[in-house]
Amino acid sequence: MDFTYTILIPLIPLAVFLILGINALKIKENVAGIVGVGGLLASTILSFYTAFQYFFKVGKVDGVYQTFVEKTVWMNFTDTLAIDMGVLIDPISVMMLVVVSTISLMVHLYSRGYMHGDQGFTRFFAYLSLFSFSMYGLVLATNLFQIYIFWELVGVSSFLLIGYYYTKPSAVAASKKAFIVTRFADFGFLMGVLMIGYYTGTFDFMALNNPAALQDLSSPIMQYSGITFMGFSVITTALVLIFAGGAGKSAMFPLHIWLPDAMEGPTPVSALIHAATMVVAGVYLVARLFPMFYFVEDGIALQVVAYVGGFSSLFAALIALTQHDIKRILAFSTMSQIGYMMMALGISGYGGVEGLGFTASMFHLFTHAMFKALLFLGAGSVIHAVHSNVLQEMGGLRKYLPITHITFLIAALAIAGVPPFAGFFSKDEILAAAYESNRLLFWVEWTVAGLTAFYMFRLYFGIFWGKERVYKHTPHESPLSMTLPLMFLAIVSAVAGFVPFSQFVSPDLAGYTTHIHMNIAAMSVGVGVLGIAIAWIMYKKETDIADKISSAFGFLYKWTYNKFYFDEIYLFVTREIIFKRIAQPFAWFDKKIVDGTMNLIGNSTVDISKKIKGAQSGKVQDYAFAFVSGVVIMVMVFIYFMN
Amino acid sequence: MDFSSLLLMRHEFVLTAILLLMIVGEIFVSEKNKKNLVFLGIILFAIHTAIGLLPLADGTLFGGMFKTTILTHFFKSVLNIGVLILLLQSGDWLRDKVAGQQKASEFFILIFSSLLGLYFMISAGDFLMFYIGLELSTLPITALAAYESLKQKSSESGVKLILSAALASGTSLFGITMMYATSGSLFFDAMTITASNLTILGFLMFFAGLAFKISLAPFHFWTADVYEGAPISVASYLSVISKGAAAFVLMILLFTLFRPLESIWINLMYGIALLTMFIGNLFAIRQQNLKRFLAFSSIAQAGFILLGLLSVDKLGATTIIYFIMIYVFSNLGAFGVVQAISNATGKENIDDYDGLYRTNPKLSLVMLLALFSLAGIPPVAGFFGKFFLFMAAASQGYYLLVFIGVVNVTIALYYYLLVVRAMFLRKSENSIPHFNSKPMMRLGLIITVLGILSLGLYSPLYEYIFEISNSIFKL
Repeated sequence: MDFTYTILIPLIPLAVFLILGINALKIKENVAGIVGVGGLLASTILSFYTAFQYFFKVGKVDGVYQTFVEKTVWMNFTDTLAIDMGVLIDPISVMMLVVVSTISLMVHLYSRGYMHGDQGFTRFFAYLSLFSFSMYGLVLATNLFQIYIFWELVGVSSFLLIGYYYTKPSAVAASKKAFIVTRFADFGFLMGVLMIGYYTGTFDFMALNNPAALQDLSSPIMQYSGITFMGFSVITTALVLIFAGGAGKSAMFPLHIWLPDAMEGPTPVSALIHAATMVVAGVYLVARLFPMFYFVEDGIALQVVAYVGGFSSLFAALIALTQHDIKRILAFSTMSQIGYMMMALGISGYGGVEGLGFTASMFHLFTHAMFKALLFLGAGSVIHAVHSNVLQEMGGLRKYLPITHITFLIAALAIAGVPPFAGFFSKDEILAAAYESNRLLFWVEWTVAGLTAFYMFRLYFGIFWGKERVYKHTPHESPLSMTLPLMFLAIVSAVAGFVPFSQFVSPDLAGYTTHIHMNIAAMSVGVGVLGIAIAWIMYKKETDIADKISSAFGFLYKWTYNKFYFDEIYLFVTREIIFKRIAQPFAWFDKKIVDGTMNLIGNSTVDISKKIKGAQSGKVQDYAFAFVSGVVIMVMVFIYFMN
Repeated sequence: MDFSSLLLMRHEFVLTAILLLMIVGEIFVSEKNKKNLVFLGIILFAIHTAIGLLPLADGTLFGGMFKTTILTHFFKSVLNIGVLILLLQSGDWLRDKVAGQQKASEFFILIFSSLLGLYFMISAGDFLMFYIGLELSTLPITALAAYESLKQKSSESGVKLILSAALASGTSLFGITMMYATSGSLFFDAMTITASNLTILGFLMFFAGLAFKISLAPFHFWTADVYEGAPISVASYLSVISKGAAAFVLMILLFTLFRPLESIWINLMYGIALLTMFIGNLFAIRQQNLKRFLAFSSIAQAGFILLGLLSVDKLGATTIIYFIMIYVFSNLGAFGVVQAISNATGKENIDDYDGLYRTNPKLSLVMLLALFSLAGIPPVAGFFGKFFLFMAAASQGYYLLVFIGVVNVTIALYYYLLVVRAMFLRKSENSIPHFNSKPMMRLGLIITVLGILSLGLYSPLYEYIFEISNSIFKL
């Protein structure tokens, strides 16, 4: 089967970028919108066609999905190491194509309404196209070098998109922070790539991921695996370094600090980059190299992935409890959910049902992309209506924004893991996988599931219920161009869980059948509903009586209202214990220590540079002195000390 | 003597002929038409560049004082292309801006003399030829630094350069004499370098002179002051052509003549690379004047070149030459934009670039490309250049240094982004108004853009260098 045409999927957005970018000042808003959406629509159709062809026309051969690679040698770096460029078609890359296309198309459509009338409309669409190009390139990469190139390009385009509101100083600062922090993490990635290239002699994913070669210590890939570096074999070290790069892009602790700030960008950008595509690149990277992570040194590197993921998900969920900016709540929620995916990859096995963690991680990536993009776009619609990001300035909006309200509710139910919405299925699989292999992480993630349900519904009740605020002008529902993507994503979030995902995506490409794990499902739904209920009690209270009665569950509320002490206990437990004793210290730690350390590194660099500026005095005598001293020092070092 | 063997000096002969033609032109062309000497100079040099691309046999002349190999031949062409771009970028300035336009041909004569010096330096087969080349390449440039003699800063720049250069070449010469004393010869082939104290002393002093030309720390102090005061074309020449050639020569000498001292100079390069990267970057962060900014950024870039020296083989040589080529185009792109804007408005500070993208989108895009290439962001050429240098250093196991190199790439990214931010993400009430560059400047910038893009994406160039760089070990 020939998949060469998939090369068009990234090339079309690139062409759009070039057209819009070079003529940014000449092209009118209407034309830019049509060109941008049209280009992406073409890529989306091709992506779906690829998925259809791959999963249904070609299907499994001898019980496994085939991997198709179309590549050419781009450069012969040395006599033995060649660098290729091409496209790689396998279950996870095809799945990512579908995710990226769907979300990106929805965001393109939505942006036509959201950015309507903005001065830089054309520029915005040019950046969006550049981003789509880079993301497609990243997904389709056939080797480490290629994925690194697109990895950086994704960073560049996200820098441009976050800093898009360049009149806002905070946006400009945030864009720089995001770029530099992720670049900082990319150190690791780069070093890892260099080490892999040197020690295995190849960058190619097909060669690197060959399970037979990975288990044979004398194969070309593993011949240097005996060499140790910082206590691990060099390959393990390289994998951990590569994971550090992935952790930076995917906002894992402690490299997550750029994500909340990145919320300064336009909301559609947050939906596209910070919910569904770029931030999961790290998960994708680990999944891409999964056989390496799994087989090399019995998966030590994979353990790191698991614990970093698990910790990040708990950490972020606790912080999300204390935030007031609705986009920041969503940002921490994203970090928490990506932690889920990383953790699931980290605990996964390889063959057959053992690979449940891997499947679940990819499944959650898929469903999360849909409902988190929906949440962001919904939040954008709310911000559009009330011109504020702050939760306290919202309330009672369900009357004014009926479509946003319903779609937001569906997304919130999905992320809270309530059946039959999409998040329930993927979360169930993750918890089931964790239950089988690591009980500690299971209980962590179970707690996070409850916290997630709580803060999501705190958000939901806070925006759409609660006391109505005085708005400057009456909020109104967004135009159809914005609500249409919301409705589409809501439908997907509601039904995507029924996709028999494990048939399509598994580490050994064979696929298997899963079923709902009833006891685990009961536990996770239980904790989810508990979280929702607490949110209900705490945040829906502000409604007036008419609303209470009209609400279908009004009696439940009344009942709790009468049992006042319950409320007090809840308040005490949540406010006094969870907020003050746990969540706030975490938030403080995050802000002061983690963020502070990064700032300190940055500031001290600038300080040093300030202090040494005096050395450049402008006097030639001083320069001559420095020159001669340089010679003298060299002579002393190399003749007296080293000889 | 067979005169056909003199054809081995084709580059030198053609350039000398052009140089003499310019002098004759200066004498015989009427005052009114002197402006047009600029065109003559550029066209003649373009022809020279084209001739230079024709293949040339390997060989030696004058009993081994002058050598040419496919690699030196190739590198001279790289320098030619660089100088051609530079001349195109300075053409308008020479025609319209220079005080007293009678001096236009002087500019060409001096630049060509200096380039001739670089040719001899590259092709030198003994230290005598080498030293003559070194001096010939430096002295005309000191005159050029003071070219805008009515500006105080320009004169200051010239004086600073000649004083520093005198010290450097004096030290270097002293070093050469010491090596002569121990080995009894000046010919590279006949010299036997052993790790005796006197030889090492000689080598270190010689190295200091070359390090001055590449502006490696701590021999770099002259750089910022000279760049700031000198005309932009001259700063550009110093930072791109002269530095590139000196780095190339350093590599050849270390890989061949000084190979016996490898255990010493590897450590030296390690230390100097560290120092140079940090000093260049830390000073660059706070610069407001773009010429000073580019001066320090180019110091840091030189530090990266040294990483490739740690891999004493074909790979190291290839990555260095490849990086220098990319650096030539990227830095010329940045200097070209600075020159275009300075010609049109006289502004040279980063703040002046606020909101440039809204008024001059194409110029900003060229600058963006050049800066991204200097910063090493894919898929622009600079990324490949840096990546391959790191690869070369990593192949010898210098992971710590590679790591520090990558840290420095990130610091550098920060200050390159300051300029990008000014152009793209900032708004200003009095940003530079829209203007159209002159055709020559446009052509110059278009060539640099093509260079930056094609060097990164068109791989046969790299593969060609990889193929020919073996000849370095046969010099």
